[in-house]
Amino acid sequence: MSQTHSIQVRINGTPYAHEVEPRLLLADYIRQVVGLSGTHIGCEHGVCGACTILLDGQAVRSCIMLAVQADGHELTTVEGLAQDEKSLHPIQEAFWEAHGLQCGFCTPGILMTLVPYLEENPNPTETEVRDAISGNLCRCTGYQHIVDAALLAAEKLQSKP
Amino acid sequence: MKPAPFNYFAPASLEEALALKAQHGEEAKALAGGQSLIPAMNFRVAQPAILVDLNRIASLRDIRKNGALTIGAMTTQSTAEKNPLVAEHVPLLHEALPNIAHPQIRNRGTIGGSVAHADPAAELPVVCLALRTRMQAQSQSGERWIEAQEFFSGLFSTALAADELLTAVEFPLVEERTGYAFLEVARRHGDYAMAGLAAVLSLDENGLCRQARLVYLNVGDGPLEATQAAASLQGQKPSAKAFQDAGKIASQEDMQPFGNLHASPQYQQHLSAVLTQRALQLALNRITQKATHP
Ligand SMILES: Cc1cc2nc3c(=O)[nH]c(=O)nc-3n(C[C@H](O)[C@H](O)[C@H](O)COP(=O)(O)OP(=O)(O)OC[C@H]3O[C@@H](n4cnc5c(N)ncnc54)[C@H](O)[C@@H]3O)c2cc1C
Ligand code: FES
Ligand code: FES
Repeated sequence: MSQTHSIQVRINGTPYAHEVEPRLLLADYIRQVVGLSGTHIGCEHGVCGACTILLDGQAVRSCIMLAVQADGHELTTVEGLAQDEKSLHPIQEAFWEAHGLQCGFCTPGILMTLVPYLEENPNPTETEVRDAISGNLCRCTGYQHIVDAALLAAEKLQSKP
Repeated sequence: MKPAPFNYFAPASLEEALALKAQHGEEAKALAGGQSLIPAMNFRVAQPAILVDLNRIASLRDIRKNGALTIGAMTTQSTAEKNPLVAEHVPLLHEALPNIAHPQIRNRGTIGGSVAHADPAAELPVVCLALRTRMQAQSQSGERWIEAQEFFSGLFSTALAADELLTAVEFPLVEERTGYAFLEVARRHGDYAMAGLAAVLSLDENGLCRQARLVYLNVGDGPLEATQAAASLQGQKPSAKAFQDAGKIASQEDMQPFGNLHASPQYQQHLSAVLTQRALQLALNRITQKATHP
C-alpha cells in the first residue's frame, strides 16, 4: 500500500494541513476533504475544464494533478473570487447580468479560466474570448451568452479604479 | 480515487531522482506535468508502482543560450511559449507551442514530458525532428546526448533507458537564409490535430533550395519525415509548382496514414498535401522578409 503524505496548502487565503494518499486527485481533495464543492468534476481527464482552479495564480486542471503536488502552494477556487458573502467578483456579476450560465456546471471552470486571462488581456476581441474559453466545455448555453459575459466582464474590470 | 495505488517520491535534486530510477528502473515513472500520465492513470491504462515527481528539481527548469538554446526538461510549455529567447532563436518551436492543448494544460505540461511521451499526434516531437535537436539523457552512470532521429523509436517509445531521465532538449539557433513554418488542422483549436507539419527550408547564395525538411504529425507511429518530398526540392528554384509537387510526393509516397476518429487516411493525405504547400510558401516568405527587413 502507498504511504500517506502530509501536505499544507492555502486555499482562498485559508491554510489547510492534511494527510493524503498520493493517488488522491487535487479536485477530489478540494471537494471531498476540504469541502469546497464549487470546483466541479466532469471528465477527470483534462478535457472539459470544469475542475479548473488557480495554482499560484495560474489556471490549471485540478483533476489531472495530485493533491500531494499542491503541497506548499497557493490555490484559488471559485469560492475565493468574491470579497465577502454579500458581493460578487466583477466577472461573476457579468455572468449574472449577461445570462452567462444555465445549469452552471461549467461556470466555475470558466470563471477560473477567465480571471487570469482577463488580467493578461484586459481588452480582448470576441474571437479572442472564444479562443480563451475553448478549453472549457458547456453543454447548455451555446456559448453566446458566455462570450457576452466575458466581454462585459472585461469592461467592468477596466472601469474599476 | 481513480488511480491505482502507488508510492510517491518528490526528490529535491536530480541525483536523488536518478538514484530512484537506478534502483527501480521501469517500475518508477517520472512525473513531469502529468498532463498525459495522470489521465492515463485515471483510466488505469497506466498503473505505475512508483512515481518520481520531478517538479521540485529547479535545475531542470532553466533555459540557456550557448551556441544553441538548451531548454530544461521541466520547463513548462507556457513558460517556453512566453520566453523571448525561444521566440527569437527557435521560431519554429515558438510557433508550434500554442497548438498544444489549452493554456490550462500548457501551464503544467512540460517540454521534456511531451518529448519523452512521444505521442505521434504531438507537436513537439515533430519540431524536434525537423530542427535536428539533441536530447540530454542522464543516469547515475553519466550523461549522453541522443539525436532526435534516434530518440523517437516508434509509438510512444523513445531511446531512453530504464534508468535514464530526459534532462534537457538542445535546439539549434535560427540559421541564415532559412525559413520555418508550423501548420496543422484540428477540429477545434487545442485538440489533437488531424494532420500537420513542421517545415524547414534553406536557400543557397543563388536562391536555390539548399535543403528542406518536412516532418508530419499523426500520420505514422511517430514524427514522420518526408524524405522523398524533401529530396525533390533540393537544388530547385523555389516555386508554387515545386511546393505543390513536394506536397504530392509527401502525401502519396512518404506516408501511409492509418486515419483516425476524425479523418480518413485519404483526408489526412489531402490535408498533408495542402499544408505542405502552404508551409513551404510561408517558410519562403519568411526568408525573403528577413532579407528585406534585417
Ligand atoms: C485535454 C488535453 C489535450 C491535450 N492536447 C495535446 C495536443 O494537442 N498536443 C500535444 O502535444 N499534447 C497534448 N496534450 C498532452 C500535453 O501536452 C502533455 O503535457 C504532454 O503530452 C506530456 O507532458 P507532461 O509534462 O504533462 O508529461 P507527463 O504526463 O508527466 O509524462 C508523460 C510521459 O513522459 C514520461 N516523462 C516525463 N518527463 C520525463 C523525463 N524528464 N524523463 C523521462 N521520462 C519522462 C512520463 O513518465 C510519462 O510516461 C493534451 C493533454 C490534455 C489533458
Ligand atoms: S474534470 Fe478536469 S478537465 Fe474535466
Ligand atoms: S451552463 Fe450548463 S454546462 Fe455550461
